[in-house]
Amino acid sequence: MEKNQYKGWLYLLPAALFLAAFLVYPLVDVFVYSMEEGYNFASQKSFGMGTYNFSYVLHDPYFLQAVKNTFLMVVITVPLSTGIALLISVGLSSITPLRKLFQTIYFLPYVTNTLAVGLVFMVLFKKTAYSDGLVNLLIGWFGGESVDFIDGPYPAKMFVMCLYVIWVVMPFKILLLTSAISSVNPNYYNAARVDGTSPFRIFYKITLPMISPTLFYLIITGFIGAFKEYSNAVALFGTDLNAAEMNTIVGYVYDMLYGDSGGYPSYASAAAIILFCIVLTITYINLTISKRHTYY
Amino acid sequence: MGDSGKEMRNGNKGMKVGEKVRKGITYAGLGVWAVMVLFPFYWMILTSVKSYSEYNSEYVPKFYSNSPTMQNFLDAFSTVPLGRYLANTLLFTVITTAIMLFVVTLAAYGFARLSFPGKDLVFTCFLALMMIPNELVVITNFATITNLHMRNSFPGLILPSVTSVFYIYLLKENFAQVPDALYYAAKVDGTSDLKYLWKVMLPICRPTLITVGILKVIECWNSYVWPRLITDEEAYFLVSNGIQEIRENGFGRENVPAMMAAVVVISVPLVVLFLVFREKIMTGVSRGGTKG
Repeated sequence: MEKNQYKGWLYLLPAALFLAAFLVYPLVDVFVYSMEEGYNFASQKSFGMGTYNFSYVLHDPYFLQAVKNTFLMVVITVPLSTGIALLISVGLSSITPLRKLFQTIYFLPYVTNTLAVGLVFMVLFKKTAYSDGLVNLLIGWFGGESVDFIDGPYPAKMFVMCLYVIWVVMPFKILLLTSAISSVNPNYYNAARVDGTSPFRIFYKITLPMISPTLFYLIITGFIGAFKEYSNAVALFGTDLNAAEMNTIVGYVYDMLYGDSGGYPSYASAAAIILFCIVLTITYINLTISKRHTYY
Repeated sequence: MGDSGKEMRNGNKGMKVGEKVRKGITYAGLGVWAVMVLFPFYWMILTSVKSYSEYNSEYVPKFYSNSPTMQNFLDAFSTVPLGRYLANTLLFTVITTAIMLFVVTLAAYGFARLSFPGKDLVFTCFLALMMIPNELVVITNFATITNLHMRNSFPGLILPSVTSVFYIYLLKENFAQVPDALYYAAKVDGTSDLKYLWKVMLPICRPTLITVGILKVIECWNSYVWPRLITDEEAYFLVSNGIQEIRENGFGRENVPAMMAAVVVISVPLVVLFLVFREKIMTGVSRGGTKG
């Protein structure tokens, strides 16, 4: 066994090196960046240490817009996607024919390139000089006014954004919820049926408590994921999200780092740390609530 | 649901009708979502076979095409370097996945099989690393890669994404299930640790390795943020950046059919992969994959 002592470390070495270089060191460094005032990427020098970067970011109208967009998106997409996924999963679990087919179809968005399919959504919703687009055609059939969902008014853009985010996150939620529902012990259902319990009551009193750990897991990860939304916005509105008024907090971080408005790693770090604090707080609240309501 | 519940209590005759109505509503609801999921795919394939003039002459878009054409696919490969994007992505995906499997397997084996002082502490530290969000570390990684002059190069693209603590954890759990007796038997026969890993562990744990590999392939194929930060020369674009480039400067804004052809080409490989490895991917994801 003595011989193994160093050998064991040797096996860990590659992983440890990569993690140290690309995960641990950057984590420390991002806090250093965020405190360095007036950091210049070219000369790699700064004026001194302080909290100016945070105050700059918090007063930047683009950042405030990004925060507003992100919070709206979180508040809309997380409850909706979780709720619809729950409905669909309950429906899926109650049928036998066609179930596999539905499951396969529902999972498709997970394996598609979201940047690519975002273009399809854009085409469906965009109003150009050549065509009003398919969605506006449908709106027209129901007697509505056509709207440009991609370059038009803010609520319309937010609507497409949320719709696309829900479309993208749905497969994961449906998959986890259906497997949670199918692992509920059937004896509970049989007992309830003997007692003549109504299906709604069965769902509320048996299914829901039994799957509550999965449900809360999905809500917590859903919040985290929605706060980090970025590439879906790019997919719909292009890389210049500030101009489209549809930037997200993560988008703001990357814009500060790179691109036409880039070259400010300090501001990017400050914004990333603010985002991290928001996510930590929300996750903490979620965990506290879930502890009170989860049945194990 | 509420209605059928009431009928259920009213007795058997009512239950049958209620049951049928409920089934009908369930199938209708599931069908609606299936259409919502499939429709964008249908529209993308439909648009990709419409000719440029056909598409642009339809002020009211049609749900079918009178004269399907493959011209858009030829355009997608000749007008923009779609072939290059695909080749880059393939190369990036294969190399990243291969290196990651190597690194992750060694680490998982170290944790599962070998005993050395401080192992548990190191493992706990590794697990703690899972909580670090990518958004926090990407800033410094960008600076690191830039300072190493590895922007617009494959090492720059690949290096930061070749380890995953989660996969180490997943594999370690699987390795630990292999009975100790096998290990001691191999030791008695004078087999080295590395040979044991290669000849015994890997074949036994192949299903998990394949799952991890496939999940990584999906992740690589769809990765957007890091490649966007680290490449600005078209020669190193992956498909996600390629499609953004096509959208902004590609065929000209109005050539939507050619754009959709490119989207189809990019989407097909993963959809095929999914249909082939359906079970593996779905169990793999439900065991702890997350989106993005």
